[in-house]
Amino acid sequence: MSPRAVITGIGAVAPGGVGREAYWDLLAGGRTATRDISLFDAGTFRSRIAAECDFDPVAAGLSAQEIRRMDRAAQFAVVAAREAIEDSGIDTTAGDPGRTGVSIGSAVGCTTGLEDEYVVLSDSGRNWLVDHSYGVPHLYGYMVPSTLAAEVAWQANAQGPVALISTGCTSGLDAVAHGVQLIEEGACDLVIAGATDAPLSPITAACFDAIKATTPNHDDDAAGASRPFDGRRDGFVLGEGAAVMVIEEAGAARRRGAQIYAEVAGFASRSNAYHMTGLKADGREMAEAIGVALDRARLDARDIGYINAHGSGTKQNDRHETAAFKRSLGQHAYDIPVSSIKSMIGHSLGAIGSLEVAACALALRHQVVPPTANLSVPDPQCDLDYVPVTAREHRMDHVLSVGSGFGGFQSAMILSRPGAGSGREAA
Amino acid sequence: MSALGIPEGRRRPSVVTGLGVIAPTAIGARRHFEAVLAGKSGLARITRFDPTSYPVKVAGEVPGFEADQHIPDILVSRTDRFTHLALAAAEMALADAQADPATLPEYEMAVVTASSSGGTEFGQREMEQLYQRGPAWVGAFQSIAWFYAATTGQVSIRHGMRGPCGVICAEQAGGLDALGQSRRLLDTGSRLVLSGGTDASLCPYGLTAQLPTGHLSTEDDPTRAYLPFDEAARGYVPGEGGAILVVESEDGARERGVGHYGRILGYAAGFDPAPGSRRPPVLAAVIRRALADAGLSADAVDVVFADAAALPDADRAEATALNEVFGAGRVPVTAPKTLTGRLYAGGAALDVATALLSLAADVIPHTAGPVEAGHLGIDLVVERPRHTPLRTAVVLARGHGGFTSALVLGAGDRTDHLT
Repeated sequence: MSPRAVITGIGAVAPGGVGREAYWDLLAGGRTATRDISLFDAGTFRSRIAAECDFDPVAAGLSAQEIRRMDRAAQFAVVAAREAIEDSGIDTTAGDPGRTGVSIGSAVGCTTGLEDEYVVLSDSGRNWLVDHSYGVPHLYGYMVPSTLAAEVAWQANAQGPVALISTGCTSGLDAVAHGVQLIEEGACDLVIAGATDAPLSPITAACFDAIKATTPNHDDDAAGASRPFDGRRDGFVLGEGAAVMVIEEAGAARRRGAQIYAEVAGFASRSNAYHMTGLKADGREMAEAIGVALDRARLDARDIGYINAHGSGTKQNDRHETAAFKRSLGQHAYDIPVSSIKSMIGHSLGAIGSLEVAACALALRHQVVPPTANLSVPDPQCDLDYVPVTAREHRMDHVLSVGSGFGGFQSAMILSRPGAGSGREAA
Repeated sequence: MSALGIPEGRRRPSVVTGLGVIAPTAIGARRHFEAVLAGKSGLARITRFDPTSYPVKVAGEVPGFEADQHIPDILVSRTDRFTHLALAAAEMALADAQADPATLPEYEMAVVTASSSGGTEFGQREMEQLYQRGPAWVGAFQSIAWFYAATTGQVSIRHGMRGPCGVICAEQAGGLDALGQSRRLLDTGSRLVLSGGTDASLCPYGLTAQLPTGHLSTEDDPTRAYLPFDEAARGYVPGEGGAILVVESEDGARERGVGHYGRILGYAAGFDPAPGSRRPPVLAAVIRRALADAGLSADAVDVVFADAAALPDADRAEATALNEVFGAGRVPVTAPKTLTGRLYAGGAALDVATALLSLAADVIPHTAGPVEAGHLGIDLVVERPRHTPLRTAVVLARGHGGFTSALVLGAGDRTDHLT
């Protein structure tokens, strides 16, 4: 029997509050953290709303040198990793550091730092031959996204396998899955896994403006701008943040008396090989990923108590995803509560997958389904139970989290409540 | 079965059945290997932009690569050069493996590439538009060209590969990690994986971003610029290109009736202690773990393709690890990357291609350049290729910040490329 992976610690830096507790309070309270962009002047942009983190690196405990060295995405990751390690109670200086791994996801890496420095070196884009004499000491650390995993590895005293996973908007789910892989294959006893992105900068906002993926300005209603599954939805709201988790082999976690939030029971990913940004309406490849994840978990549709949807709030995504749930879960899809927390914290690209896994683990702990905020106008093509507006107390043993990203990537992960008697245990 | 679908028992053997090489030495695996054995360098003064104002003027550029001769125009305009190179290399690899994706099960084919820095040149052009003209001038394809997943996504779409795709970023070590991940996928339901990596950040911002590391060689003479393990070593030369490989389960290759260049026998990865730590680098431990994974002892290794950073401390650390694991001066060591420069995500993938070709030809390519490594106590193959029977090679890669990976390769049964 291969080792099993459990989540024993959670750290989060999310819009609406820094820290796991603040994050869960926001989700359970159904509050939204989307607002007019303050991090840069978005006056000339098509979309001017985002879900920003009120993040003070000094208050978050970073030193002067760490703040100078790390771009915002790295700062998020390190702060979330510290919280996760503390939450788990594990001593990362004990044991063999070669058995500690790191798996961090990010879609766009240190893009904020890279862009800020570009502006200086090119004199606001005037010079193609940028002036190297203005380069800051850690500039190469911004150019290579692997820096994000390296920073977390230093925090965690990790000398085992360390990876930065960058599969666009499924990076966060895929990074947690990669961490689970390292436990299951026996390479690690402990993995620090999660994802971070801080894409709120002009170039990223302009990217999504150009393809009309983000919502155009909602007059005076920034708080209600992210509307997954709603008939009025017209694009996603960009977000930022990080979630990092401590993943351990189940037996070792139990032996040290660790709290266990959840076991990762199943995972699979597929690609649509269709279009870099477009989705077919039938949800075929996402359905395939969900089906394989269920098989690996030895569960079936009726065992799933909650679906944490990708639910980005674009016209095509929410339709695609609804079709995928019906295709993979059949009639049960209508009975399972589904929600999109992007309605509250926006879409933080690669980070969101890990924030969603963390939300699922917390939902299992509290036996509460976070809602889909801002959902009031039904869309006939989205006809499942999306838990509108208000969180719901709900008994659940197994939950499904899915992601869908640019490049055509589709990922599905199943988490089980500890002691829930997963299909794998029975088998 | 595990949550990730890992079966009980032994791994399924993984073999490499196709090579697609696009490197400063040449376009095409066979021509690349000829250039390597001839010691023909791809290093020269940078031509992609005027390097006069920069302290680094030498790089490894891919000669004569015209993207539109290899891939459809629509993809040329929508993707960065690092993706152009990968799309072209992927086609070459599939053709070399005689693999037609249309005839294989869609969910059992996957793409896993390494990227070190994404579409840097494309990104610089779009940021220039943004800051000179405004957000409305940023093109629609920036969102899909700049990010690190651009190559995997485009290759998956182009060849209808709908399996579990991936992207790993670990700077220079990423190419080995992508191959390690491919092997995992072959254990969990995939039968063919396109893997490897490319990079192409030879634009002004891409070069400038590397300067603060102090790791790039400022020597203007291409023949003296990249001298790993030499007492005159003072940094490496940046390059572009890489390799894409077709990796298959041995059963899958046999079923298709194709030979292979070699087996991936073992893999391991680790990460160095934080800067300032007194603990040693992890390289020796990682090599040992890779050998254990392969079920081989150090004595079984016939050649090591080194990381060869050409930084005095890094070279010494690498030589120390080699001597510790294999015995002082016991194993021949080489670094053909002196002909290409460091290719980041493409570098280790290219080293794997070169190592497989070496195993098949029973010849160790030399480390070109006036390199003298006697003071480090390693048996560096210099001056000319060394003909000797080869069964097993180890490829090493170390990425910026501490990423460390090792791959163990065994000789294959394919010889048609040697004629």
